Amino acid sequence: MNKINREKISELVFNCIKKYQEEYEQIIDIAEGEQTRLFGGNGQLDSLGLVSLVVSIEEEIETELGIAIVLADEKAMSRRTSPFSRIGNLIDYIDELVSS
Amino acid sequence: MNQIILITGSRKGIGRQLAEHFIALGKNVIGCSRSESDLRNELYTHFCLDVTDEVAVKKMFSQIRQKYGHIDILINNAGIASMNHFLLTPLITVEKLFITNFNGTFLCSREASKIMQKKRYGRIINFSSVAVALNLEGEAIYASSKSAVEQLSRVMSKELGGLGITVNCVAPTPIDTDLIKAVPKNKIDELISYQSIKRMGLIDDVINVVDFFINEKSSFISGQTIYLGGIIS
Ligand SMILES: NC(=O)c1ccc[n+]([C@@H]2O[C@H](COP(=O)([O-])OP(=O)(O)OC[C@H]3O[C@@H](n4cnc5c(N)ncnc54)[C@H](OP(=O)(O)O)[C@@H]3O)[C@@H](O)[C@H]2O)c1
Repeated sequence: MNKINREKISELVFNCIKKYQEEYEQIIDIAEGEQTRLFGGNGQLDSLGLVSLVVSIEEEIETELGIAIVLADEKAMSRRTSPFSRIGNLIDYIDELVSS
Repeated sequence: MNQIILITGSRKGIGRQLAEHFIALGKNVIGCSRSESDLRNELYTHFCLDVTDEVAVKKMFSQIRQKYGHIDILINNAGIASMNHFLLTPLITVEKLFITNFNGTFLCSREASKIMQKKRYGRIINFSSVAVALNLEGEAIYASSKSAVEQLSRVMSKELGGLGITVNCVAPTPIDTDLIKAVPKNKIDELISYQSIKRMGLIDDVINVVDFFINEKSSFISGQTIYLGGIIS
């Protein structure tokens, strides 16, 4: 069950990244897949970009999975490895939030 | 596209008249308050909620997003007041005031901005009070909570500027609503005596400032607090 969820979440995150690129005409190179750096040290997004992406992922999760989450919560902010650093970390983090 | 305006605390007082003002202009108005509203109009939708309840607030914005897809203007009008000598103020009063005036403004602004940023357009108007500029005795907690709202608005204006969202505050003088009905007349008279323009404020004075902030031509105005009555901060 959890595994399927992670796959679904991964699909959803990559879809949001695709939509983000189209909407804001900004290219995010995802050649490294889940290892792709998003935000912070060599990340491809600036803070406004991150805000837009996070919001669109929150919305997509609510629409697709019927679960309302706040991605930028206290847990996310206080982690040693930021969930926003790489795509994979973000997917893991969402998976964690959705499962709890 | 028709503008969508959300007014918190729209059941009575200033919020109610703001709602009626925008309905008269043909705008779609969404309002909220803890109790039901008796305002019935096809352009008006009411949500019964407490602005401090994160789950309820998120749900309202989610419904707005699904129904309209956008929100143009947020007016964070919901607020409560309490007058007391600092030494006689129970902690619970401090918590109630801050949670409503500050947390409520924060929560609604955060959720509205998430929707606004998609269109790279939005106007947020927050409510302060002349109590901040006047450092009024007996209003330490109320004034502090409104001061926090002003500060929040200034930083928000910077962080949201790049997303096309402006954030400003209106700071009314005393206006005859339920909020100040327990304040003795001599106290109100004293307050008016500090104003450059010595008369009681009217809800129309507030509406005028709100109209200015949301005017299409005000896209270059953000992070400001306008004090009514000629109060100088
Ligand atoms: N009147 C003045 O002299 C004056 C002066 C300076 C600033 N202000 C500011 O102007 C704003 C409006 O004040 P007002 O005079 O119109 O006050 P009011 O007549 O007491 O109305 C307050 C409104 O806010 C709603 N409200 C209060 N707590 C709420 C909560 N937790 N969640 C949702 N709604 C809530 C109330 O409805 P429910 O009870 O149904 O929730 C009501 O509709 C406030 O921010 C106030 O601080 C007023």
